[in-house]
Amino acid sequence: MSFSRRETILMALGAAAATTLPMQARAAIEDAIAAFTDGAEPTEGGITLTAPEIAENGNTVPIEVSAPGAAAITILAADNPTPDVATFNFGPLAGAQAASTRMRLAGTQDVIAIARMNDGSFVQASQEVKVTIGGCGG
Amino acid sequence: MADNVTPRVRVPRDAAAGDTITIKTLISHPMESGQRKDSDGNTIPQSIINRFTCEFNGESVVEMILEPAISTNPFIEFQATVPESGTFAFTWYDDDGSIYEESKDIAVS
Repeated sequence: MSFSRRETILMALGAAAATTLPMQARAAIEDAIAAFTDGAEPTEGGITLTAPEIAENGNTVPIEVSAPGAAAITILAADNPTPDVATFNFGPLAGAQAASTRMRLAGTQDVIAIARMNDGSFVQASQEVKVTIGGCGG
Repeated sequence: MADNVTPRVRVPRDAAAGDTITIKTLISHPMESGQRKDSDGNTIPQSIINRFTCEFNGESVVEMILEPAISTNPFIEFQATVPESGTFAFTWYDDDGSIYEESKDIAVS
């Protein structure tokens, strides 16, 4: 099997595009995480993220976060046009450091929840949600 | 911008002192994400509720920062501790500067 010069160049371009595009999306989510954690590395455990495995409609995906002892919890969606989803700041009268809401997902992707604990440490949890119809319009 | 914005809140009518109660809120609002385009291809500008707070007798229960990725008609559910009888005050802040308010009384026995 041999490739012409034109085919080779096209394949090279395609490979370059395939590697750089996800990297840009990764950069956005990493910036969003760093903005919340101030550069600290979050650890696993101590936070629960409940989301459906398959969401038929990306316009309303029910999601629940819970992190006992958290001062704040932020929710991020890695492949949305803007990764930020919501941030909860719990006050002294919060009965539990837990909340649920409904979010939009542009497509199948990881949903990430990060909690800032009262002692200043960070914990995170993530879950992949498969989306049949994206929820960001077009 | 946003018409017919109606907040709805569900709070138990009474509770025992120190109880943890569940509060559910829903507010009708289009939450225009700024990503959609109209039929002429022009981007529809973002218009969302960007902040929600719940206070009990002036003390904070929860504050939420909402981004465009929150669904139309934002639904928020959370827990609160009630030390005494009093009033929950709920406030939603719109991008256009509007503020929507709702309050609910609770009797603690």
